[in-house]
Amino acid sequence: MSALLVPTLLAAFVLFNVINLAAFHTWLERKQSAVMQDRIGANRASIFGLRLLGLFHPLADTIKMFLKEDYVPPGGNKFLHTLAPCLSIFFILIAFAAIPFGNTLTIGGTLIHLQVANLNVALVYIFAMMSMGVYGVVLAGFSSNNNYALFGGLRASSQMISYEISLGLTLMGLVIIFGTLDLQEMVHMQGKYFFGWIPAWGVFYQPLGLLLFLAAGLAETKRTPYDVPEGESEIVGYFVEYSGMKFGMFFFADYLETILIACLTATLFFGGWQVPWLYDNGFIFPWGGAIGLSALWVSVLQVISFSVKVFFFCWLFMSIRWTLPRFRYDQLIDFGWKFVFPIALANLFVTAILVLFLGAGS
Amino acid sequence: MIKVKIMEQPKMTWWEKIYFPELVRGIWITSWHFIRNITLHTLHLFGLCKDMPAAVTFQYPEVQRPLAKRTRTRHRLTQRDDGSPRCVACMMCETVCPARCIYIVAEEHPDPNIEKRPAKFDIDLGKCVYCGFCVEACPEDAIRMDTKIIDTAAYSRQGMMLDMQELLNPRTGIKK
Repeated sequence: MSALLVPTLLAAFVLFNVINLAAFHTWLERKQSAVMQDRIGANRASIFGLRLLGLFHPLADTIKMFLKEDYVPPGGNKFLHTLAPCLSIFFILIAFAAIPFGNTLTIGGTLIHLQVANLNVALVYIFAMMSMGVYGVVLAGFSSNNNYALFGGLRASSQMISYEISLGLTLMGLVIIFGTLDLQEMVHMQGKYFFGWIPAWGVFYQPLGLLLFLAAGLAETKRTPYDVPEGESEIVGYFVEYSGMKFGMFFFADYLETILIACLTATLFFGGWQVPWLYDNGFIFPWGGAIGLSALWVSVLQVISFSVKVFFFCWLFMSIRWTLPRFRYDQLIDFGWKFVFPIALANLFVTAILVLFLGAGS
Repeated sequence: MIKVKIMEQPKMTWWEKIYFPELVRGIWITSWHFIRNITLHTLHLFGLCKDMPAAVTFQYPEVQRPLAKRTRTRHRLTQRDDGSPRCVACMMCETVCPARCIYIVAEEHPDPNIEKRPAKFDIDLGKCVYCGFCVEACPEDAIRMDTKIIDTAAYSRQGMMLDMQELLNPRTGIKK
């Protein structure tokens, strides 16, 4: 019984948090862009006169989207038209199963891994799911019986193919250094320290890899600077024929992808759930002090640490999205193939040689 | 021979071409705005630094943006000392109005010194282009456009018709 109960509860926990964070992103998007541009942002939705800084706007959006007409264009393929947003959001949601958000936790003699699926190929699994997500986008363009939507889908697919290769390559350096594809194992290895006090996070092994990963990862999210597939403001994208909650699912899938990239960045480059100098039984500071903590508090701190890192990267990605203008399409493909890809290859090559001569994990 | 002026394409320096430093600089600018504004918003919550605005937004229905003195806003009819309109129904404004949105019906004034007065004076805001010609044309200073009311919203076209009663007593400012 508990063999089934625990993963179900974990999955429910992750799903609940991730979907709420995605809904929260609509609020964050409005408010952060407003604050960055010296505005105030949406703050009018209220319940009983209570406005709460516009936090009810995501709720209002959701109600609006559910109540809108769900329209399939005549000549469109109804089955594929309905399937596309479901695929889009399904694959991105199950990718979160492999993200470790904490170490193990023992409750009543049961050992719980704070990761929904403890896969030894977690990284490959996540990339596979992110690649599958493109099917939703391409099908959306294909089934809408609209040439603009079709072109949007084509732009999306060529962009995804260009950047997924770079995305994989940028992380191969880390895979060589850690010698594993298991994300939980990678996080464990980032719990070591350089010179006894600098946390051995991936960013110190692969600073260039981090920049390239961000460049390629943001392309995966299909948001500005890379929002050529959608281009809400002028070029119509693959979801031009979608309305109601089907559009909302595409909209959500974008935010979920942003969160996934934030989770990956935190996990791979910033130590995941590791808190600097926190060991199994409390803090041991390099300058001598120590704070004893119970195992439960250590787990809580680790989950909080992971959340804070993810929040920070969500904020950073939102800043990037509201700062940079969109790439022209040829610039986008040039940037992917002629800049990110060769540098990622060179980075991988140099890393491989260093690991060969210095030994892994040093 | 057409004179041709060849424009120099702005050349990017090497520093700008490698893209990442400029990218970081851009993000620094927006992040600085974000940090400054969010700090000010937080301080405002505690009632501090109220004189340093964190946003340039005017919360419109509650707070009206300051208007320039010469801004032409909704019309009003000026009154005599006894409260009757100064208008003498000379039809100057109705004649000059390019949008033909003023409708005046004249009648005899009981005072023999004054020739006429308006029985009806309607302005159709749905047609008005706010050119201010009526104000210029008026010989009696009977119509002005200085009420500072800038909204013209109504639920029907009929709702945009302003009658004399409304023009003589315009609501001052926005309804709370």
